Amino acid sequence: MTTPLTPITAPPPQVQATSSTLAGRRDKTISWLFRRGGLHLALVIICLIWLVPTVGLFITSLRPRPDIASTGWWTTISAPRLNFDNYADVLGSKGMSGGFINSLMIAIPSTILPVLIGALAAFSFAWVRFPFRDTLFLVVVGLMVVPIQMTFVPVLTILNGLSLNQSYVGIWLAHTAFGLPFAIFLLRNFFVLLPGELIEAAYLDGASVLGIFFKIIMPLSVPALASLTIFQFLGVWNDLLMSLIFIQDPNARPLTAKVSTLLSTYGTEWHLLSAGAFLIMIVPLIVFFSLQRYFVAGMLGGAVKS
Amino acid sequence: MAMRKGQALTGLLFILPAVIFLGVFLVYPTIWTIFLSFNEGRGLKFSNWVGLENFVNLFTNDPKFLDLSSFPPSGAVFNNVLWVIFNTLFCVGFGLMIAALADRVKYERIVKAIVFLPMAIAATAVAIIWLFVYSPNPDIGLLNAILTFFNPNFEPVAWTGRADTVNGALIVANIWTQTGFAMVVLSAALKGIPNEIIEASRVDGAKEFQIFRHITLPMLSLALSVVTVTLIINVLKVFDIIYIMTAGGPGSASRVLAYTMYAETFQGGKGGYGSAVAVVLLILVIPIMALNIRRFRTEGVTK
Repeated sequence: MTTPLTPITAPPPQVQATSSTLAGRRDKTISWLFRRGGLHLALVIICLIWLVPTVGLFITSLRPRPDIASTGWWTTISAPRLNFDNYADVLGSKGMSGGFINSLMIAIPSTILPVLIGALAAFSFAWVRFPFRDTLFLVVVGLMVVPIQMTFVPVLTILNGLSLNQSYVGIWLAHTAFGLPFAIFLLRNFFVLLPGELIEAAYLDGASVLGIFFKIIMPLSVPALASLTIFQFLGVWNDLLMSLIFIQDPNARPLTAKVSTLLSTYGTEWHLLSAGAFLIMIVPLIVFFSLQRYFVAGMLGGAVKS
Repeated sequence: MAMRKGQALTGLLFILPAVIFLGVFLVYPTIWTIFLSFNEGRGLKFSNWVGLENFVNLFTNDPKFLDLSSFPPSGAVFNNVLWVIFNTLFCVGFGLMIAALADRVKYERIVKAIVFLPMAIAATAVAIIWLFVYSPNPDIGLLNAILTFFNPNFEPVAWTGRADTVNGALIVANIWTQTGFAMVVLSAALKGIPNEIIEASRVDGAKEFQIFRHITLPMLSLALSVVTVTLIINVLKVFDIIYIMTAGGPGSASRVLAYTMYAETFQGGKGGYGSAVAVVLLILVIPIMALNIRRFRTEGVTK
């Protein structure tokens, strides 16, 4: 906290003189320890609490099975014996590579659809006048908090009726519908802040609504669209509950559901579970480290600007 | 907005896909489930109408859902109350604390990234991470290893296998996950407080705690309420982490509403009973829904 000293708090000159002596410097160090040392120590402990559980599982995922059963992962620091065999095992014979493909097959359309459909609707809510527009928007705001549990049985029945329960299509539709209220909400709040003169001028020049949407709104909204895309993608990628309900074919299930099956089939076989858990985490970690800014912005947009 | 008739019509067409999706997959199913909650709903289909019987049974006749006959009470409802209170309290508390502490150091970004990281990973992975920490074998589970290290007489505890520790163990894992969310929102709000105000009160001789209590906290009130509401909504629906770590067990000790809905409907085949649980969840979020809508109204939907 290096704040410029105001005249009132500035120390008298003789204090500065003593602090340059040896004893003064030691006093300074001690007082720094009290003032700042505690702060740094607290932050280091916090970082350890938030890092160690994940790091421990990661180290475990690289250890041979007999080692995991006999000694704690923290003992490997002295004599590491690490390899990628567990990953080969879960990806190969335990069928996780299929789960990885499934996760992608589910997550990509389930992200593109709600972002696109949500953007179209958000544009209308922001810039087109039509009857009951604001009432309809309030309904969307209300739908954001409806528990998805309210929809499980009916949506499952509808999907079964349309014979969509064996393919990915059913879960694409379900994720799209459940992602839409937040998508519309977030994008509409961004779109209304865009410069109205620009849109007005385009209207007067006779631009089509579709042209305005694709040539003005979308390019100006890249940050908001990026935030929403990441948010929706991670939400779908990390989902377990909906895949349990809407995907009946075990071969079509995503990584999260496959790891859950791993746990119920093999019990606490940590060499499999740890590698499986990290397979789920790889994609979110890459997204997080490369696009953290947008992810945080999306969350703030949803939480604070509401 | 000066707009030709055709343009307004195109604009209207733009919301059509969204309206269809929301209607078919959200609004219509919600009404359907409300009706199903008054029905026996055997095999997830409408069968016999039972009136309020599902709800009456849930609250008076199902110790897995709510058991007030002993102290402390138990059942999914009581567990959900524990989740709402402790998860929200500690996430907001730790989030605020970490945001305030990290604000004072140069490596703030690193601390925040580390604490926020669990927010990006699947609850399934978080569940495995913590199942590992809680392992009753002190050569595997870190928590028992630490406790045995400091006290050699310590008898390792199966944290997720005992009715009296399981809910605490699950909630701690979830606090670890969601503190990052509270921290990020509160940190942004903290940085929004003008430095001059704090400096001015410091010059006026205010103590650090007084500044926090009378300036920082009131200026954070909006962010605090938003974080609290969001955390409550999320925790009412908590499912994945419980499904993986304990499957509602041991017995039914760690069931919550969302888990009960899943178990009764899809494992028990009791569509009506499960729907009644979903309706209870809906009723619990309605005040929050009303709050959101009202806040939006007052802030002006039309700018």
